[in-house]
Amino acid sequence: MDGSLQEHGRRAAENAARTSYGRLLAYLARAWRDVAAAEDALAEAFAQALDTWPAKGVPANPDAWLMVAARNRLRNGARARKTREQIASGLVVLAPTETEDMPAIADKRLELMFVCGHPAIDAAARTPLMLQTVLGLTAERIASSFLVSPDTMGRRLSRAKARIKDTGIAIEVPGQDELGERMGNVLEAIYAAYGQGWDSTGNDDQTRKGLTEEAIWLARVLVELRPEDAEALGLLALMLFCESRRAARRVDGRYVPLAEQDTALWDLQMAREAVEKLRKAGGLKQPGRFQLEAAIQSVLVQSCLTGADLRLPTWTLHELLAQRAPTIGNLVGLAAATAEVHGPETGLRELAQLPEAATMDYQPFWALKARLLQQLGTDQQATASAFRRAIGLTEDGAVRAYLIGKSTQQTG
Amino acid sequence: MQHMLMFYENEAQVAAQRDNAERAGPYWDAWNAYMGALYPTGIVLRGDALLPPSAATSVRLEGGNRLVQDGPVAVTKEQLAGYVVIEVPDLDAALSWAARCPAATYGAVEVRPVLDLSNQG
Repeated sequence: MDGSLQEHGRRAAENAARTSYGRLLAYLARAWRDVAAAEDALAEAFAQALDTWPAKGVPANPDAWLMVAARNRLRNGARARKTREQIASGLVVLAPTETEDMPAIADKRLELMFVCGHPAIDAAARTPLMLQTVLGLTAERIASSFLVSPDTMGRRLSRAKARIKDTGIAIEVPGQDELGERMGNVLEAIYAAYGQGWDSTGNDDQTRKGLTEEAIWLARVLVELRPEDAEALGLLALMLFCESRRAARRVDGRYVPLAEQDTALWDLQMAREAVEKLRKAGGLKQPGRFQLEAAIQSVLVQSCLTGADLRLPTWTLHELLAQRAPTIGNLVGLAAATAEVHGPETGLRELAQLPEAATMDYQPFWALKARLLQQLGTDQQATASAFRRAIGLTEDGAVRAYLIGKSTQQTG
Repeated sequence: MQHMLMFYENEAQVAAQRDNAERAGPYWDAWNAYMGALYPTGIVLRGDALLPPSAATSVRLEGGNRLVQDGPVAVTKEQLAGYVVIEVPDLDAALSWAARCPAATYGAVEVRPVLDLSNQG
């Protein structure tokens, strides 16, 4: 009886942590104009909840309780630096009483996201800052996902928070003149989180697991708060399309490329949701790169499911995307689409035009080059050499094993 | 910045791979490919692969007495198997090369900055 009550209290505190962290932090940070201080106060409020809820029962409005507890700490200038004893001795004074007025908490997460996308914040710190402030992820977890030392990540985050405080960046939705740039940065930051998670797919270890779920969650929050933004919808659609194929990308720990995937393993409900989001985005008549990328995914899904030949529309979309954003990734994607339409030789010619400095350690370039050379089958030595580069540049053990297997086949 | 990437492998696990006719090929393919991707970038200053820790001999002087032992200094599951020293702009770049190393998949890679003696006056 007692144990289940305690369990209930612990679960309630954890649940509140997952669902409310960003809302509470956004609210407090905005009121105090100090993200770091708000984080410390909120961390203490959660610790306090874990101490008191299991014994005393969960308050009627857990969010408001946490908010009041954190606010009291901020008012008293309490900091996480205090020892646990000091925190404990302050509990009686700082714990909100059930009779105290519990305020309604306005959702300021969107405002917080816009702060994370502020041009004054170092581009490399935007995604980590968003993951920490809106989702409450630890610096260690973020550091591993971004392949950065936890020390460096901690410093980067502290610097970003100090910058918000020192430069007085307001936690609010920017005016029309800044809105476009800030929104673009917010979308990029969310997509970067997804990309990191995508790379580390197949890792079941929770602490090292990627951030794909978190990124999708952030995009959902963004779409919920700004339903009229087509690119936010496009980004959500793109990530849902990719996510819907997750189970099929690995079978028994082996890597399976798109063309060989068992479509029965796809999450079609998720893919349908992606289609619906993309359609809604299209209706808003604000084209953009994320909608283009989602459209490419949509066409891929269609052609895999129906067997229809959609190589030409795929190429057109890649061409539009590369024009809009000529990144090395998009240009390699275009070369792959070109090869599908015009054959491996044409694809290889496009690859040859890319600057060597950008392709030297870019794994997808070498993987595509190896595949096309193998299809062509005229230069064994160049094929073997491209495979070696592709194998040597991957971080993924399953992809490495797959490519080693492929490299020993005579023709593709 | 110069960083040393130290490759740690689980010797028992690796020996089982190297001594297995079917698995030895992919093991060496992965290493050759990694080095084949690393060297053309021109960032490698030096590097070596080492013979297994069973070939090691450790020496120390205890109270003036020589103590020579067969085997590595620390008997741990994962042992140093090789290293490279690379010249990269920052730690982040060194870490991304560490992550690509086959040893990162089944062992570990330690990244350490090389002491820059030119700054010591």
